[in-house]
Order: sequence, then structure tokens, then C-alpha cells
Amino acid sequence: MATEAKESTKSSIEELEFNPHAPLLEVDDLHVEFRTRAGVVKANDGVTYSLGEGETMAIVGESGSGKTVSAQAVMGIIDSPPGYITKGAARFRGVDLLALPEDERRAFRGEKMAMIFQDALSALNPLFRVGWQIAEMYRQHRGTSKTEARKKAIELLDRVRIPAAKERVDSYPHEFSGGMRQRAMIAMALALDPEVLIADEPTTALDVTVQAQIMKLLADLQAETGMGMILITHDLAVVAEVTDRAAVMYAGRIVEQGTTKQIFRASYHPYTLGLMNSIASPEQKGTKLIPIPGSPPDLLHLPSGCPFHPRCVYAQDICSVDRPPLRDLGDNRKSACHFAEEVGTGAK
Amino acid sequence: MSDFRQAEAVTETETVAPPVTEEVEEEVQKPIEGPPPGATTSLWSDAWKELRTSPLFLVSLGLVVLFIVMAIAPQLFTSTDPRACSLSNSLERPSSEHWFGFDLQGCDYYARSIYGARISMAIGVTVIGFAAILAVILGSISGYYGGWLDSVIARLTDIWFAIPTILGGIVILSLLGERGFFQVSFVLVILGWPTMLRLYRSSVLSVKEMDYVEAARALGASDFRILLKHILPNAITPVIIYAAISIGVIIAAEAALSFLGVGLQLPAISWGLMISGAQTRILQAPHLLLFPGLFLSLAVFGFILMGDALRDALDPKGR
Repeated sequence: MATEAKESTKSSIEELEFNPHAPLLEVDDLHVEFRTRAGVVKANDGVTYSLGEGETMAIVGESGSGKTVSAQAVMGIIDSPPGYITKGAARFRGVDLLALPEDERRAFRGEKMAMIFQDALSALNPLFRVGWQIAEMYRQHRGTSKTEARKKAIELLDRVRIPAAKERVDSYPHEFSGGMRQRAMIAMALALDPEVLIADEPTTALDVTVQAQIMKLLADLQAETGMGMILITHDLAVVAEVTDRAAVMYAGRIVEQGTTKQIFRASYHPYTLGLMNSIASPEQKGTKLIPIPGSPPDLLHLPSGCPFHPRCVYAQDICSVDRPPLRDLGDNRKSACHFAEEVGTGAK
Repeated sequence: MSDFRQAEAVTETETVAPPVTEEVEEEVQKPIEGPPPGATTSLWSDAWKELRTSPLFLVSLGLVVLFIVMAIAPQLFTSTDPRACSLSNSLERPSSEHWFGFDLQGCDYYARSIYGARISMAIGVTVIGFAAILAVILGSISGYYGGWLDSVIARLTDIWFAIPTILGGIVILSLLGERGFFQVSFVLVILGWPTMLRLYRSSVLSVKEMDYVEAARALGASDFRILLKHILPNAITPVIIYAAISIGVIIAAEAALSFLGVGLQLPAISWGLMISGAQTRILQAPHLLLFPGLFLSLAVFGFILMGDALRDALDPKGR
């Protein structure tokens, strides 16, 4: 595996015709399905969103809502079989990633787009020193020499605020605490200055106190580099704190989209409303939390019409027949509900 | 494992941060008093620590090293030429001068037993080495890529499995005119690789589901790099353990084939051939069977014991 080969794949993506005026990342009508023995699961059913430079977008949803799958599809790391992208596009500065050959896609990963994972302990190879794994990024993509790559690894560890980076560079992942592992993972992801960072529940496995530090680190690094960030999470508190915009997913579809402020001020989809009502807040002290009734749908047997209707307090006859499209409600917000306006204005 | 916990405790500096508020406060940074760099622990260094104190491992290591040295430098153990024979000494019993006695041709039996180690060890190591390389290459393709290639390889190993080693060896070797080191090694590789392949394939299947493999892909590693740097080091352990045990089994198989007359041929010096030569004179000269049999058993025992000790040390659940 000569370094020339690697450099040539790198230059091959440099030759792609990026349009600097096109949105940083634009996901358009993405359909992903998993063909299992039990049947076809539509994990993403027409997901559309876009991400600008320096922007943080949240993708919120329960487990199984398809939020991770949409990120994996954009990164091009869906296992196929059983997963297939059947329709749609993911454009990076105007270039459709899904149409690129695999070696160019691979050159893209790490270089232009990177991803961090929920459980950093299992996302780091247990047999190699942390510094080696970070240095590996430079060696495999840039053909940097060993000593140079190590120096850069130390700089990066320093940048993600791992104390005593010079000593820590030779530690193994299991010698790091949870927060430090996630920092190391972030360092790896940021090694090549990607323009898009997808963070898949980066703080779910961490203590609350460490969570806040990691989120702050991500926000700081984003401010430094100007990259766009997609934050996949089910934690609304995190969404409220760090994101500019949010997309709420349910059963493989985006059901509500808008700026974070808008969504937190007034939800225009009953599912989002349900999520908001189920968070504990100091004002509600003494009152009962209102959970969303029922349970997430079986993706193999989706309810007819609007997939949320069996759990929805606003549901009418039309909801079990007609699947509501993601409608533009003006002011950059969208909702996939027949009664979005009523939900938003609380007219019930 | 205790070192592991200590390291965890010492590095846990981040939990002393203030609780979450709207404003996240600067984290507390205090110097870390971790273990010095280089004193870190990994699976292998943990295993080594355990192995160093394991009597089973030390005994097996002693035996294995003894036989390896014997194979490389038999002159260290005897100054007698195993091929300098005198029929006048034929079948002489062990004596204080010639500890193991003499064989039918009047060759010094001690020297022959020592020199016999070379071919046994060489066959054991060669066969396992080639089988392991085959297993890793085919197992990687089969386990990592899956699909029809996997089905073909899996069915092929199934069919191969149905062939008993010794019987298959007899059939193939009796078809070959000349039977030397290469022919015997070749046949044993051919018959020995399927088990290792299956072992490595199943190991690859479980390792490839690990998050770090997905993470490596998400950060742009090629398939080759993933297989080499992420899957191989994490999936090879069961193969190493099996290989250590198998070297013993292969040495025994070579001896069995030679004993049956389809393995190595005279004038090669091998324990199998020596045992074979002893078979018609067991009552008359029992030492002819005893000494090569003892060497063979000890070598096989050493490798199998080593495999066991390695398994105990490398299996994290066993600790």
C-alpha cells in the first residue's frame, strides 16, 4: 500500500467539481432500506435536510427512528447487504456523494467528513496506543512520517484538552476515562480538518458533568474551525444548549424541522410536543410528567397513514389514511402533521 | 487486572467538574499521576504477566525451547554422528557410555533421537505457519466480505472436514512417488488448514461488528487497512492458541504417517521412522520404541500444554 496510491485518492477528490456556493451538505429525499428475512425495513423514508458552514444541526429521535442510519448513509458506511440506499442524494458542496465510486467515497471520509461515536471505548481499537491511532489518520491519508504524525497526534490531544498530552499519547484506550476517550475520538475525527462532523450521540455514554465538557469542547472546536456539525441525539437538553437547528425524526421520517429556538418555543408536531412534555423541568416540580402513550412503531409493520397516529392525541380519521407530507409552514419551519397549525398554536 | 483498575482510578480526573448549568465552567485540569509511559498494560502484556507466574506455561516453555534448540543445534547435545554406525553394535542395549543403546544398523540411538527433533519441529512449524497464512487470508475474505465467496469457502471447508487427516495423508502420500520433507508438509497443510480457517473466520465475524471497525471506516480506512490493523490483531488470538496446540498434533501426525510407511523415508532421521523401525522388535529391543516415543510425547506435550496456558492467559473471561 504505497503512499502514492493514497495521495492519488486524495487528489482525486480534490479534482471533484465542488461548488463553493452550494450548501455544505444537502441531504435530499434519502431512502434507506434494510432487507431482512422478516421483510423490508424502511429505515429512512425520504429524509431531507441541509447543513451550512459553522452550523450545528440536531437530529432528534428515539432509538429506531432512523437518525443514525441517515448519518451512516451520508458517510457511506451502511453495511450492504442488508442495507441499501434506494433513492435520494447527499450533496457535499454540490457533489452527490452517493454517486461517487467507493474509493473516492473512502477518501472523503476523514478528509472532508468525519464521524464520532457514542461509545468511545469500543470505537477505539483496544490493542493500540491512543496516539498511534490518531497518528494513523495522518499516515494513511497523508503519508506523513511516523515521527511527524506522532508530533501532530500530541498537538491534537492538546487541542482536545487532554492534560499531559505528551505522556498520554502512549496510553491505551482502557487507561483513559470515559471523557478522555471521547476526547481522543474527537481528536481522531478532527485530525484532517473535516468540513462536516457527524456526532452520533457523543455524550450518551458519559456522566452528566463530563457530557457538558464534551459538548463545550465540540462547540469550541466548531467555532475555531467553522465546520458544520450534525448532532444525533435523543437528549433535548443538549439540543437546546448547543444546536442552531433541529430535525425531529419518527419512524424513518423527519416530522418537524426548524430552528432550535422555534421548536422549543412552540412545537408544530404532536410527537415533538410529546417529547417536550416528557422532559422534567424545574417549573413542573410536583406535577406528573406526561409520557407519550404507546410505544415506537414496528418498522416492519408501520401504521397506515401517519405513522404517529396511534399514539397521537390530535389524531382524526384522516390521519390513519393519509400520510402527511413535510409541509413548509413559513419562517423556515416544517412539520409533517395534518393539524400542524392547531398543534403549534395549542388550539385543542 | 488490578493494574487496569488502578490506571482507571488515577486517570479519572474529569468527574470533579461542577454540575451542569447554563454556563459550562472550565474544567479542572490537574496533573495526572498515571503510570509512566511505557508501563502501560495491554492484552499481551497482561497475558505475559500472568504467564510468567504460571507453572504450566514455564514447564511447557522449557520443553518447547529445549526441543527448538535441539532442532537448531543438535551438536550441543551430542558429539556423536548419528550416521556413523557400526553393525557390530547392532541392537545393543543402553549402557553408561551409550545411554540410549544402538539400533539395528548399530547407530548411536541417543544421537539419532536428538537429530530426529529437527525434522519434526521443522514440519510442525512449517505446516502450521502455512496453514495459518492460508487461514488468515481466506478467513479474512470469507468473514469480512461474506456473500457468495463466503459460501463457497465455507462449503469447501465442510467437504475438507470430512477427510480424516491420517487416512487422507495415506491416500495422497501413497500416490506421490517421492516422500520427503516437502511432500509430507504439503499434505499436512492441505489437510490441516480448514479448522484454522473456520476459527479465524468466526473470529473475524465477531470483530468486524466492533465499533472501532466502523469508526475506522468512518474515518476513511481502506478495507485492506481495516483487515490488517484492526481485525487481524484483534481476531488472531484463537488462531495463535490453536496453532500452539496444533504444532504438537502435526508432529504426532508426521510420526504416525512415517510409522505407517507413507511419511518420510530412510535415510531421513525422524522419530516416526525410528518408532516404525522398532515395531517388529519391541520385545527384543524395547529401548528402540521407548526413546523416540518419549521424545515425541514430550514435544507434543510441550506444545499442547503451551497452547492451554496461552488460552488461559489470553481469554479475558478466564481471569
